[in-house]
Amino acid sequence: MPAVPDPLPAASALAGPRTRERQIWQLLATVLDPEIPVLSIVDLGIVREVREEAGRLRVAITPTYSGCPATEVIRGLVRAALDAGGHPDAVLEEVLSPPWTSDWLTPAGREKLRSFGIAPPEQSVTNPRELRPPPTVSCPRCASRDTQRVSEFGSTPCKAHYRCAACGEPFDYFKCL
Amino acid sequence: MSAATTLPEAQQEAHCRYVLRLADTSLVLGQRLAEWIGYAPALEEDLALANLSLDFIGQARLLLTYAGELEGRGRDEDALAFLRDAPEFLNLALVEQPNGDFGHTIVRQWLIDAWQLEIYGALEHSTDTRLAAIAAKSIRETRYHYRFSSGWLVRLGDGTAESRERMQRALDDLWRFTAELFAPDEIDERLNREGIAPALPELAPRWSARVDEDLRRATLRRPATQPYPWHGKGGVHTEHLGHLLGEMQHLQRSYPGARW
Repeated sequence: MPAVPDPLPAASALAGPRTRERQIWQLLATVLDPEIPVLSIVDLGIVREVREEAGRLRVAITPTYSGCPATEVIRGLVRAALDAGGHPDAVLEEVLSPPWTSDWLTPAGREKLRSFGIAPPEQSVTNPRELRPPPTVSCPRCASRDTQRVSEFGSTPCKAHYRCAACGEPFDYFKCL
Repeated sequence: MSAATTLPEAQQEAHCRYVLRLADTSLVLGQRLAEWIGYAPALEEDLALANLSLDFIGQARLLLTYAGELEGRGRDEDALAFLRDAPEFLNLALVEQPNGDFGHTIVRQWLIDAWQLEIYGALEHSTDTRLAAIAAKSIRETRYHYRFSSGWLVRLGDGTAESRERMQRALDDLWRFTAELFAPDEIDERLNREGIAPALPELAPRWSARVDEDLRRATLRRPATQPYPWHGKGGVHTEHLGHLLGEMQHLQRSYPGARW
């Protein structure tokens, strides 16, 4: 899996041959997922490449779910951020391969999800033959492991619906997929 | 026209039609599942079927866009979805069948999920890298769908006398549409020779074994009737597709070019 530059370079380090690429990574880290507005698209792991070659700048993003309605909104937000950030010449492309999975969520992204009240995915999905049974999920509010799955599907394509038996609160779980 | 120019054209057309079959199968099933929104037996199942619908429509969009490019006549996903008539649709006849009750929808879903597991699993290794990428993306969603549909198949099949009887009836009713799933025609065979598509007869036993195992767990009987060979992927449909398209295409047909 290609690594996202992590941690993102500090502003003081923005010099040298890769300056513009780093600026763009920082810019993209301010573009938030419209459905989960604490998560940037870099946290989500859908920025696949930022590359400048022979003066041509290419930004590649990948969709999360095939039918996720946020995909088009995100494309528009990225385009607007690039234009407003002084990179109207950047070419925005959509790539499908390798496919996005919940494994692409960054560690920082997982923590942001939890603090937002959404339990982050508990399993890795690398090369499963079949998806394994759902794991035990920790409640994002009280951290209890005594939780129950209400439905494998939830309010958006990326979430399932759970309930905590300890604190009694319902919560969303980010699907492992 | 010389053979040298005819052959690549025929090849391109077969390739386009092959992708359209996958696209239309996803699109029509996505539309059928969307009919459940607001009507499912419980809120959780309403959400589940809506989520499935969204995944299928998303897959259809990727595939339709690609089919339009292969066709090379400037038709995009919307033109292909909203401006073709029933005989031009190349979906499997199984997916256009009406929803029936929840159990009937589950049986249809489970049959097609098990089919997609084999098809997408094989297409991940296609020499067509675009198709391979779409398959690799889609199969993750298919595994999730299959867990849902096979779970309900077992719960309702091995449930009450009433639920079991309804599931068996749905299975008996839909079984005749399964012959088409793995019956290759000349397009399948041509694409298989080119390394683009899998050999369907090789996948059939795997599907069959999975189906038998799930039916055993669901305490349902595999129907003995000889399936009737529908050819939806050749454009020969049951009467249900026209009604579905009538609803799906109404807006674009009545107000051409209307935008959301």
